[in-house]
Formats: sequence, C-alpha cells, structure tokens
Amino acid sequence: MSIFVARNPQVAARSLDGEMMIMSGRDSTLFTLNKTATILWQAADGDTPLEDIVRQKICTEYEVDPAAALQDAEMLARDLANHGILRISEQPIARGESK
Amino acid sequence: MSGLLEEMTEKARARNIPLGAQIDLTYRCNERCVHCYLDHEDHGEMTTAEIKHLLDEMADAGVFILSLSGGEIFLRKDFFEILEYARMERQFCVKLKTNAIMIREREAARLREIGVESIQISIYSHRPEVHDAITLVPGSLKRSLDAARFLKSQGLRVIFANVLMVQNLQDYEGVRGLAKEMGVECTLDPTITPMMDGSRSVLQLGLKQEALRQVFRDEGMVAEVQEACAIASPADENVLSALPCSAGHTTCYVSPYGDVFPCVQFPLPTGNVRKQRFLDVWRDSERMKEVRSIRLRDLTTCSSCSHVGSCTRCPGLAFMEGNMRGPSSLDCEKSFARTGIPSANMLTKKRPAANLVQIQIAQTASAAQTSSALA
Repeated sequence: MSIFVARNPQVAARSLDGEMMIMSGRDSTLFTLNKTATILWQAADGDTPLEDIVRQKICTEYEVDPAAALQDAEMLARDLANHGILRISEQPIARGESK
Repeated sequence: MSGLLEEMTEKARARNIPLGAQIDLTYRCNERCVHCYLDHEDHGEMTTAEIKHLLDEMADAGVFILSLSGGEIFLRKDFFEILEYARMERQFCVKLKTNAIMIREREAARLREIGVESIQISIYSHRPEVHDAITLVPGSLKRSLDAARFLKSQGLRVIFANVLMVQNLQDYEGVRGLAKEMGVECTLDPTITPMMDGSRSVLQLGLKQEALRQVFRDEGMVAEVQEACAIASPADENVLSALPCSAGHTTCYVSPYGDVFPCVQFPLPTGNVRKQRFLDVWRDSERMKEVRSIRLRDLTTCSSCSHVGSCTRCPGLAFMEGNMRGPSSLDCEKSFARTGIPSANMLTKKRPAANLVQIQIAQTASAAQTSSALA
C-alpha cells in the first residue's frame, strides 16, 4: 500500500547550506534535517507516493538499496509526523488539509 | 537562544547568511507613545508588491526568522495579505510586534490560521492611568489586554514587552504579575532610544542610576542577582575576538521605505531594496562590511574597559553617539548599575564623584565586593 506525505503548512522552514531548518508551529521547537531528510521534506507534496519519492529523489542521489531506503524513509516520515511537521496518509493529501 | 538555534546562527554567520530580519511595514501608528523614536508620517511606504518582492529576495537569501513591526502593523490594509504571503508562500518563521489594539476575535483567529511564532505586545503598566498616559490613547491598555486574551484563546504565544521609563518604573512587577495571571511571557527593557532624527530629548524619560540599580538587583526579575551583577573576569583573547552583536552579521532591518540597516537600532544606511537587490546590499555594501569587520578588540575605549566581556553595549547606540566603534553611554550606565564599577568611558569623561558616593551608601552586596576589590 502506498503512503503519501505532505509538509505541514503551519511550520516555518528554510534551507541553510543544504540542511533544512524547521520551526514547529505547534510549540516553536526547532528541528534541523540532514541532507537526505531534506530531500524527503522538499518532495513531500502530498501527491507523490513515498516510494516514488525514494526512487526518484533519494536512490538517484545515493547508492542505496531501494527497499532499505524506503524502510528508512517510512521511519523518518513517521518520526516527523510525530513532531507535527509532516502528515502521513494512505490517500493523497490536498494542500491545506495538513494542518 | 536554544543550542540548536545557536548552532544554526553560527553556521549562518560563517556563510554570511542573514538568518533574521525585521521589516517595519509602516511608521504610522495609532498610539503616540511618549518615548517613541519614530516619525509617524508616511513618506512613501513600500507597496504590497514591493514587500512581496522583498520577501522573495529575503527567503532566497536565507532569512528564516522574520519580525514584522512598525509603527502599528495592523494599520496596513494589506497586512494579512503580506503575512499570508510570508507564511504560506515563503515559509518564514514570523514574529509580530504590535500594540494589538486593532486585534479582535476575528483577527486572532486569522493569525492562528496563518500561524505565527509569537505576538509581542507593548504593555507599559497594569494600571490604565499609567499605560494610557504613555500611549496617549485612552482605553488602550484595556484594548491591548483584550487582544492578548483573544490571542491566548487561540493558543498563540503572546509576549508582553515592557519598556521601562521614569513614568512606569513602579509598575514592572504589576505587569509581570498580570502576564503570569494571563499565562503570557513578559520581557523588560530599560532602554530608551534616541529619535530617528538624532534628537536625544526622549532620553530624559530613561531610568537614572538609582532606578537601574533597583531593577538589576530585583531578585524577582533577575534569577541570579549575584551572578548577574558580578564583575566580569578580565577579558582574554577569546572575549576580544568576539562580535559586538549580531547586527549586520546574521540580522538586519528594512524600513517601510526600503532602506536597509544593520539593525532597527543602528541607523547606518547600507542600501535600498527599491534600487538594489536585497542580497547585493547584504553582501556588498561597504558600510555593512565595515560593521561586519568590527571585533571587541577594535573598540576605542571599550576594548580596555573591565566590562567589555559582559556589557550589553549596543553598536547602534554607539553609532548614534557618534562612533560605531565607540562606547554607548546608555550601556555604560547599565554596566555601572549592575556592578558598581564605572566603565572606562565614564572614567574618561571624569564622571562626577556623586554617583560613586551613592554606591557606597547603598551598601549592596556588589558594592561591598567592589570596595574590597578596590582596597
């Protein structure tokens, strides 16, 4: 089953030298994402299935096993979702739904 | 500052990225605060399109924390359009500074929807007769506090900014109590800034030595009074290599007319975004570079002052006094009030002895330490 990921529009975000800084809109906690997580974050448009993001954006950038990369990406996405900065759904997520 | 933010700030500094910026959207205001340094006439504010273009340029340059201030920001009819663009289109972390008297339930709900990091509201006293006498707007305290409640009810972070001056010196505990009762944060600032035209007449409203000492030694305000008022260790090479502050290094300020300055309190014009790209001003302005080149060791007088490592010296206030590498007398007063030790600048000016005698009379812990240190 595909999963879809979308950035929470309530957060603030800016890339600093390839690393994404994210300020949670929920409690002003600051996060930074490493370069791989930043690729995932930037591609999280709510429309593209996570496996496509991994295949198109991560596996083309790094020499990784696609299945292992997808597993890591799912863990990362769930972690970001727990912090309220990303939303995960089994359905595409329209912009504005992810508050 | 959190450890992570400090780390990111250091990274930004090393890469010459303006991590934080303040834009004053207007100098117009619906209050007439007696200590205000602004000229409230509109001399041609940036249009909505110009501000959006600036936000694009700032986002591309790496600005992350954006303070929107004024004047009163809600007087701009396009305020929510600008805010929405900053948040939704360019993902800034937005902080607002306002008197809040135009915020009602609807505006508070809209702010919640758009998402802002914090809303800082100027509160001068818990007593209407004192607050309203400073803003010169009857009923303004009630309106500001009503707004704070609307914002809190939306789950937004509210901060009371309490500027201390002669008029409200006795009320800071009241404001702090009010903040606690309402579940909002509170900051205290004893700095009165000279007018934009250089006039220093408003400085007479600022706290004098005795009052400053009272504030710095108030255990309710200062967590560790002994530590805060301790005499700093002699400056070593690390201290002297430090930056005077973040102005021009990781932060800057843009006026409603597009003028770029190192800081809102540092009126050194470095360029104008109506004529130049924001990033070109930030990177290439000779004046910005000059500000950026200064280290504490380069400061005339201050580099040899015993307070150099702990002073709150503001380069902008020093600039307004005539020399961006010189002392800021207002901060000398604060260091003196904190520690009982006159600054090098004060000694150079051969300050009248009366103030030193006052310290001996006060017999505070720090004064006692000072006496023994000097013995």
